[in-house]
Amino acid sequence: MKKKYETPLLDELEKGPWPSFVTEMKKAAQKSDIANDGLGQLEKSFRTKRGYWKHGGIVGVLGYGGGVIGRYSSLPEEFPGVAHNHTVRINQPSGWFYTTKALREICDIWDKYGSGLTNLHGSTGDLVLLGTRTENLEAIFAEYSSRGWDLGGSGSAMRTPSCCVGPARCEWANIDTLDITYTLTQEFQDELHRPAFPYKFKIKTAGCAVDCVAAIARADLSIIGTWKGKIQIDQNEVQNYAKKGMNINAEIVNMCPTQCISYDGKTLKIDDAECSRCMHCIAKMTKALRPTGEKGATILVGSKAPIVVGSLLSWVIVPFIKAEPPYTELKALIHKIIEWWDENAKPRERIGEVIEIKGMRSFLEYIGVPPHPAQIKFPRKDPFIFFKDEDFEKVYKKGKY
Amino acid sequence: MALPQRKTDIGPPNYEQFLPPIIKKNYGKWKYHEELNGGTMVHVAESGDKLWTVRVASPRILSTDTIREISDIADKYCDGYLRFTSRNNIEFLVSNEKSLEPLQKELKQKGYTIGGIGNRVSNIVHTQGWVHCHGAATDASGLVKAIMDELFEYFTTKKLPNKVRLAVACCVNMCGAVHCSDIALVALHTKVPPIDHDRAGKICEIPTVIASCPTRAISPDPARKSVKINEEKCMYCGNCFTVCPAIEIHNPESDGIAIMVGGKVGSLRSNPKFSKLAIPFFYNEPPRWPKVVAAVKNILETYAKHARKHERVGEWIERIGWEKFFKLTGIEFTFVEKVLICSPDCHSCESRNPELIEFTRTGFPLKACGNDTYGYFRVFQQAVEIAPTY
Repeated sequence: MKKKYETPLLDELEKGPWPSFVTEMKKAAQKSDIANDGLGQLEKSFRTKRGYWKHGGIVGVLGYGGGVIGRYSSLPEEFPGVAHNHTVRINQPSGWFYTTKALREICDIWDKYGSGLTNLHGSTGDLVLLGTRTENLEAIFAEYSSRGWDLGGSGSAMRTPSCCVGPARCEWANIDTLDITYTLTQEFQDELHRPAFPYKFKIKTAGCAVDCVAAIARADLSIIGTWKGKIQIDQNEVQNYAKKGMNINAEIVNMCPTQCISYDGKTLKIDDAECSRCMHCIAKMTKALRPTGEKGATILVGSKAPIVVGSLLSWVIVPFIKAEPPYTELKALIHKIIEWWDENAKPRERIGEVIEIKGMRSFLEYIGVPPHPAQIKFPRKDPFIFFKDEDFEKVYKKGKY
Repeated sequence: MALPQRKTDIGPPNYEQFLPPIIKKNYGKWKYHEELNGGTMVHVAESGDKLWTVRVASPRILSTDTIREISDIADKYCDGYLRFTSRNNIEFLVSNEKSLEPLQKELKQKGYTIGGIGNRVSNIVHTQGWVHCHGAATDASGLVKAIMDELFEYFTTKKLPNKVRLAVACCVNMCGAVHCSDIALVALHTKVPPIDHDRAGKICEIPTVIASCPTRAISPDPARKSVKINEEKCMYCGNCFTVCPAIEIHNPESDGIAIMVGGKVGSLRSNPKFSKLAIPFFYNEPPRWPKVVAAVKNILETYAKHARKHERVGEWIERIGWEKFFKLTGIEFTFVEKVLICSPDCHSCESRNPELIEFTRTGFPLKACGNDTYGYFRVFQQAVEIAPTY
C-alpha cells in the first residue's frame, strides 16, 4: 500500500533511541487502510492539538454486551479508513504467557479483519486489537473463539481479571496467582460478557505485597498473597550480601517499618511476631530470606482511579484467607461482595464509593466479615458515636464492660 | 469462505499451555533471582534449574509484523516461549544458557532496547491518547516516546535509589495507575465545554447526559431541548462528551498536562501512596513536549541525587518534607483551586454509623470520607486551598 499522508510531526517521534509507536503504525499502514488513515488523523491531532474520536453507540457481537469498544472518527470524510475504528478486547492468558504459535495465530486473524495494530497489553490486561469495522466483528469473534480465545470485559461489567507472574517465575509468590485468575475468570463468564453491574468491577491478584500488578490501586477486589510463618534466614547468604557491599544496618535493619530486625555484624535476627510482612527485607536479600509456614491471601476492596469522588486505595477486608483450589470460600466471598454492591450502588458507582456512602459496617455485616483491627489505619479519633441497642445487647452487656 | 463455528463464554485459554517446560517443572519452586544487568535476570529453582529472562522495551502499540519478528526471535532462542509484563515490556524466557548471549546480540542488532529491571525507570504505563481515545487531552504514546528518549539510560544502565514508576493518563479518568505512580502525568481539560444546542437535542439522550456528570453540573434546558452546564460545578472531566459528542470537551488552546509525584503501590517499608500534585499545568507541545520532558527529568534527577538508597520518590519526599522538595527541584509553588466533590448521597461526614474508618466531622467532605486524595483542581484561578498540603 502506498504512503498516503505526509507526517512531519510524527516523523519526529521516529527519532531517538526508545522504540517508536509511529514506526509500528507505519508498518501496519503498509497493509491496512485503517492504520493508514489512523496515521493521517493522528498527524492532524499533533498539528491541531486535539483528538478526533467519538465514543460510540452499541457495537458488539451477538449475545455479548461487552468486549468491543465502539470508536468512530469525527472526520470520516477526511479519513474514511477510520470511519469505524473499534477496539476488540481479547482475554489474555494468566500472567501474559504466550507461545509464538499462539501469537502468530492472533496476528494472522487480525491482519485479515483489522488494522494490524495491537496493544500488548491494555491497561486492564486484555490483549487489545486496535481498529476494525462493525461488519467484521462477528467474523473476528468466530475466528478467535473457535480457536479458544474469548473476548474480555468492557462497560458496566466484570472486567478481565489479571495477575502478576506469580509462582510461574517468582520466589515470592504466596498464592497461585495464575490459577486464581484463570478460575475466577471462568467463574464470572456471564458477568464478564453481559454487563449487568452498576459500573465496572476489576479483580487483580498479586503474589505478595510488592504488588507488581498494582492490585491495591487498580482493582475493586485486590487479592494479595501473604504468609503466617517465620522468615527463614540463611546466615551464610546474609554474609555474602555484606561482603558484596550491602550495608545491612542502613539498608535492611533501619528500613524495617516495624524495627523487628537486628544485625550485629555476624547474625541477622528477625522478631517475626512484630513483622508486618511488608517484603522490604525479603526483596532486598532474596537469597538469604524467605517466608515459610501457612500461605494465603489478604482480600482488599475498593481501589479505583479519581472519577467520581477521588482516587481510592483498597481497604483490607479479610486479613487472611486460604487460597487453594477449588477456591470455594474465596468465590463465595466475592459473590457476596458483588451482591451487596449491586444491591446498593447507583449507576456508575464503584464499590469503594458505595462503601463510603453506606458505611463499612453495613458492608461487612452483609458479607459476614467481623470487624478486625487489621482493617483500619487507626480507630476513630472522636467520641461522637450513634449507639445501637443491639450493640449493647451483643457486646457491652455481656459482662466484660 | 465459511466461518468457523463461534463459541461463547469459553473464557481465556488455560495459561498452562503457554508455560515453557522449565516453568512447568519448577512452578512454585523458585528459590531466588539475581539481576545480571539492566535487562537480564536469572531465576534459580530449588531443583537447581535456571531460567534467564531478557526484558525488552516496547512502545505498547505493536504491529503484527513486529509481533511476528519477536516470535521469530523467541523461536530461535526460547523454544517459542515469551511473555509480557504488567508494564508492557516483552520478556524472552531462556532455559539454555548458551542461547543467552546470541539472543542479546541479535536483539541489539535488530535495534531492540534491553533494560527495565531493578532500580531503574521501567516502561511507562500509559493510555491511548489521540491514537484512539475520544476524551484525550493529550497524546499518551507521543509523550511517552519523548520522555523515554530522554530517560533512555535510566532504563538501560543507570541506577537509581529504587525503582521509579512513571505513568501517563490522557485525561482525569486515568485508565492507567497514574494515581499511585512515582512520577505521574495526567492530561487535563481546563475549560467548561461549549454545547452545540442544535445537535445536542438531536443526537444526544438528555437523561443520559445529565446522569453522566459526576458533579451534577448538568441540568435540562427544556426551552432549547438541550442541557445546560453549571460552570461553578463543572470540573471538565469529559464524561458528558463520552455520551454526547455535541458537548465539545476538546480545546487545543487550553488542554494540557499536570505532573504528580510520590505515589507507589507496593507495601514495602511504607504504605502504598497516592501521587500528589507537583506542577498543575503545561500547555500541549507536540510532537515532543520539551517542557514536560525537562520537568520530569529534573524531578527524577533531583530524586536520584538526594534520596537514600531504597527510598522511593514518595518516601524521599515524606522524609525531607514538601517544602524541601519544591526547593530542591526548583518547582514554583502555585495556587490551585481544589474542586471538592461531594456525592449528594454521601453522608459519611455526618455518618450515623460508628465507623471504623478514619473520619472527622470538621473537615471538608472529601477529607471527612477519609479520602485524602488531591481531588480535582482548577488551574490559574484564585486560591481557596493550597495543594499539595499533605
